Amino acid sequence: MYLASTAPAASGSAPARAGTADAAFAVEFEGLGRSFPSDRGASRTVLRDVSISVQPGEVLAILGTSGCGKSTLLRIAGGLDSATAGRVLIDGTPTVDFDDRTAVGFQEPRLLPWRSITDNVALGLPRGTPKADGAARVARLIELVGLSDFAGHRPREISGGMAQRASLARALARNPGVLLLDEPFGALDALTRLKMQDLLLDVHAAAPTTVLLVTHDVDEALQLADRIILLGRSNELDGSTIAQEIVVPGTRPRDRGSAELAELRGRLLDGLGIDRHGQARGVETTTAIPHFPY
Amino acid sequence: MTGNDTLTSDPRTADAVGDDRGNGAAPTRPLTRRTWFVVVGGALIPVLVLSIWQLVTTLELVPVSQLPSPAMVWTAALELAQRGELGLYTAISTQRVLIGFAIGAGLGLVFGAVVGLSRLGDILLAPSLGAIRAVPSLAWVPLLIIWLKYGEESKITLIAIGAFFPVYTTVSAALRHVDRQLVEAGRAFGLNGARLFTTVQLPAVLPSVVSGLRLALAQAWLFLVAAELLGASMGLGFLLSDSQNNGRLDRIFLAIVLLALLGKITDSLVGLFERWVNKRWG
Ligand SMILES: Nc1ncnc2c1ncn2[C@@H]1O[C@H](COP(=O)(O)OP(=O)(O)OP(=O)(O)O)[C@@H](O)[C@H]1O
Ligand SMILES: [Mg+2]
Repeated sequence: MYLASTAPAASGSAPARAGTADAAFAVEFEGLGRSFPSDRGASRTVLRDVSISVQPGEVLAILGTSGCGKSTLLRIAGGLDSATAGRVLIDGTPTVDFDDRTAVGFQEPRLLPWRSITDNVALGLPRGTPKADGAARVARLIELVGLSDFAGHRPREISGGMAQRASLARALARNPGVLLLDEPFGALDALTRLKMQDLLLDVHAAAPTTVLLVTHDVDEALQLADRIILLGRSNELDGSTIAQEIVVPGTRPRDRGSAELAELRGRLLDGLGIDRHGQARGVETTTAIPHFPY
Repeated sequence: MTGNDTLTSDPRTADAVGDDRGNGAAPTRPLTRRTWFVVVGGALIPVLVLSIWQLVTTLELVPVSQLPSPAMVWTAALELAQRGELGLYTAISTQRVLIGFAIGAGLGLVFGAVVGLSRLGDILLAPSLGAIRAVPSLAWVPLLIIWLKYGEESKITLIAIGAFFPVYTTVSAALRHVDRQLVEAGRAFGLNGARLFTTVQLPAVLPSVVSGLRLALAQAWLFLVAAELLGASMGLGFLLSDSQNNGRLDRIFLAIVLLALLGKITDSLVGLFERWVNKRWG
């Protein structure tokens, strides 16, 4: 019931970013590769040759089986990790460590346990935000993610899905040029998940931002993204790269039941190694089951 | 509306159940959680010891030259108090502990933070500090007495050494184990340096810092007695060594009881602080 407040926001009045009209940035991956040193001096390649250019304001969904390197890709884009090959450009310049043109919604909530939800969300505000504006924006975001009744609670006093929503609000509070979301809806029940997806679209419609969205959920990708990339292995080479790239037709909000999307859905599930009739061919994972390590 | 009604009616039912129980028996809080039980329980053994002590001395099971009666200790206390020495000794010992503790714990925090936060600090400082910690405390005494004479400085330095290490050790270890994911999140949201420290690292280690402080305070009292036993003209440690030379067993008992009381009181104060910290930051 408390989520009902998200619906009117679709009307176009800036829901979370009153007064801010920061630009969205282009993100370019140029031959990106990442290998991790493993024992016995060898190294293990997780990503290779990832090249794609994301337009300012575009929503790009990143799909792939568990462990294929989605989080790694996102971390490199945010300057939380560095590539071992290639580079990432944001707005034409290479990323720096903990790049402040980006904001990250981590796969885990990562809230400070000793702070209230309000204070945790406020951590996301850009530095130098006037106090009153900041407080208003935090309150608005907390309301949008449906946590108003829990604003004063500590993270341990709320559920995992609520913590994930608080973490999403914290990333949104940053009002970044590039929003990096790592399975932001993974721990949510089906209904709340749909509502949060709509919230994300509202926020995106109200203030331009480029969104890289990692997800396990093919339907979520089809619903939210302008374009979808599927990370996976090709050939006998080590490391994931872009195995499929799909431009999603139509404009948002999309009809979740359209036949065109159903066809794309089938192709993506195929790419993930899942038989259209629900049989898993690979050992890795299924698509829609929330995968959320606590 | 219907949803709201169900919501509000729920607590009401719960209350009613609670009331029913309340009428049947006393409000059910477990015995071990009630204040009177905690106080009485804690006082039980001291009172028992005191009674046995009294009994043993009245029955003269042990000669009073070996074990003075509680009354004799009390008389010794009054006598010393009249001469003004009791207050003076207690005050000077407490002052030494507090100053030495403040200096040692303060330095322990600083060095613990440097070693725990910076890789370079760890490499440069940790081995040397580890070696210094390995020196048994009393080994410093002759050196301190030659360098700093019998004045206040030598005693306060020794107490500071005693208070330094518990704080240094707990703070540096705790900082090394702060959740990396939280630190990374802090950095990702633009925090670094002092702001990162005060926003993420310090609150995360605060509970361990306080338990380090508590240990340090106990060490400070320990080192106080060592310092005063070995060279002082005032203080509770001096009272101990002086009474040993004069064979005043009553005063030795008095000094021990006073040390127990002072140590317990200061520890309880830090304990209260610890409880507050754990509630606020734990
Ligand atoms: N710091 C690291 N050191 C070594 N290996 C790492 C490191 N970080 C990630 N990896 C490896 O990189 C691979 C990809 O990890 P990543 O977290 O990007 O997967 P993911 O696609 O996000 O998976 P999931 O969907 O389960 O979250 C994994 O095999 C992991 O073991
Ligand atoms: Mg991941």
